[in-house]
Amino acid sequence: MGGEVATKSTRHQTEGAARVRDEKPWWDTFPWWGAFIAAVLAWMAVQIITQDDYALAWERIIPGLSLTLVATIEAFAIALLLGLTAGMGQLSRNVVIRNIARTYVEFIRGIPMLPLIFTVALIIVPETSDYVNQRLDAWFGVTYKLSFQMRATVTLALIYGAYMAEIFRGGIQSVPPGQTEAGRSLGLTRRQTMRSVVLPQAMRAIIPPLGNDFIAILKDTSLLSVLGVLEITQRGRQFSASTFKFREGYFVVSFIYLCLTLGLSILLGVLERRMTRDRKGER
Amino acid sequence: MATYADSGTTSMISLRGVSKTFDKTIHAVVDVDLEVAEGEVVVIVGPSGSGKSTVLRCINLLEVPTEGFVTVDGFELLNPRTDIDHVRAEVGMVFQQFNLFPHLTVLENITLAQRKVRGRSRSEAIEVAVRQLTRVGIPEKADAFPRQLSGGQQQRVAIARSLAMDPKVMLFDEPTSALDPEMVKEVLDVMLELASEGMTMVVVTHEMGFAKAAADRLAFIDEGEIVEVGPPEEIFANPRHERTRAFFDKILY
Repeated sequence: MGGEVATKSTRHQTEGAARVRDEKPWWDTFPWWGAFIAAVLAWMAVQIITQDDYALAWERIIPGLSLTLVATIEAFAIALLLGLTAGMGQLSRNVVIRNIARTYVEFIRGIPMLPLIFTVALIIVPETSDYVNQRLDAWFGVTYKLSFQMRATVTLALIYGAYMAEIFRGGIQSVPPGQTEAGRSLGLTRRQTMRSVVLPQAMRAIIPPLGNDFIAILKDTSLLSVLGVLEITQRGRQFSASTFKFREGYFVVSFIYLCLTLGLSILLGVLERRMTRDRKGER
Repeated sequence: MATYADSGTTSMISLRGVSKTFDKTIHAVVDVDLEVAEGEVVVIVGPSGSGKSTVLRCINLLEVPTEGFVTVDGFELLNPRTDIDHVRAEVGMVFQQFNLFPHLTVLENITLAQRKVRGRSRSEAIEVAVRQLTRVGIPEKADAFPRQLSGGQQQRVAIARSLAMDPKVMLFDEPTSALDPEMVKEVLDVMLELASEGMTMVVVTHEMGFAKAAADRLAFIDEGEIVEVGPPEEIFANPRHERTRAFFDKILY
């Protein structure tokens, strides 16, 4: 009895303490950073709307948005496939597969993005496609051409596939081995256990960093400009170079990227919160 | 050393000369022989780290023995031509940590392997699942997620999940060790009932009461070896080996 009373009073104290902590003044918990960024974006928007030079830059640059978005989505989709394959490959029992996956990841991660894009777009793709086109022409009488945009997109995907491989590997390894044992001891095959038991649980650890990579890919599509692909950055460069209005050009470019990345960040935050709070939805 | 109560008759499980060595130096299981007849309940006891769980896990090849022969229901498990997934479907396993699938409901936990391995239809699998849930006493939890259940309830779901596969053998790896004391009985009751229905069972446990009530034979394992095998009352009352006696002296009051 006495023990029970003691426990109760302790609980009251803890609750009291929690309430005190909750009652911090509003300005202590208010997201000032968010308000500040929103204010800056609003100010930038006003500049673009009210000043002719900025409005002109906007008109010239904004058509690149669709290319940026398309390249982002394409690169992300291909990178997902590469990442899943290489991530699972690294955990394979087969020594050859394991080492191929590992080599890919280490090789790609060790080279900076810019030289890699040049190497793939200007050396590897032309040389292999020359050879392939010769064969195709000889056998079927057809040839194909890989656009610079596609070359750069594939390079981005190759790079992010290597990063994602690590994310997938980590996510799969974060699922306790007991889960695999339970699946296998029920008679499920390795593949069935991976698909129905391990991967769905790994997704919890995988989705947030994948979201970050999506945003990173979006930003890195700006590298496509070095190949002359007319996405946002390239259009900004062209505008600035032809009009000498560098401030206006890069101001608008930055504004567009900020809107996209911050919007995505907020979306991701909502998604993550829903995943942790509404745990019934975790499938 | 070990004596076989059933040598000569057909065994459901047969371990012969089974050894398991980790990292080439750690001898977890050393030359274990064990025969379990159909319908028999064998309880394995021993100090922690003695290799009891490893022996159990060799029976469905969660651990692959480094030496010896394992036969279950006539299948030679270490023969590369044996389809291990097929044998595992016949051997239910209950873990200390339950290992329910947290992303699936109780019902989905129990129907998953029925559908994928046994090829049962959805409605048939659900019917079996509900029957097994009723048997372990929690049919009302079918739509709950594992984390919403107590430890004892989770372990009963794990048992139902295994039983839904209509296994010929059930293996229990310290099924009550992770439970709060007040939940141990509800799990042991299910196991006792299963034993009385004639299920072939191998149980690693520290519950001597369960061993007394349900075991046909008790095997005492120490340092990876089977030190003594026999009827539980005999071993409790009159252990023949010093190591067995020392162990019971420590755990029985």
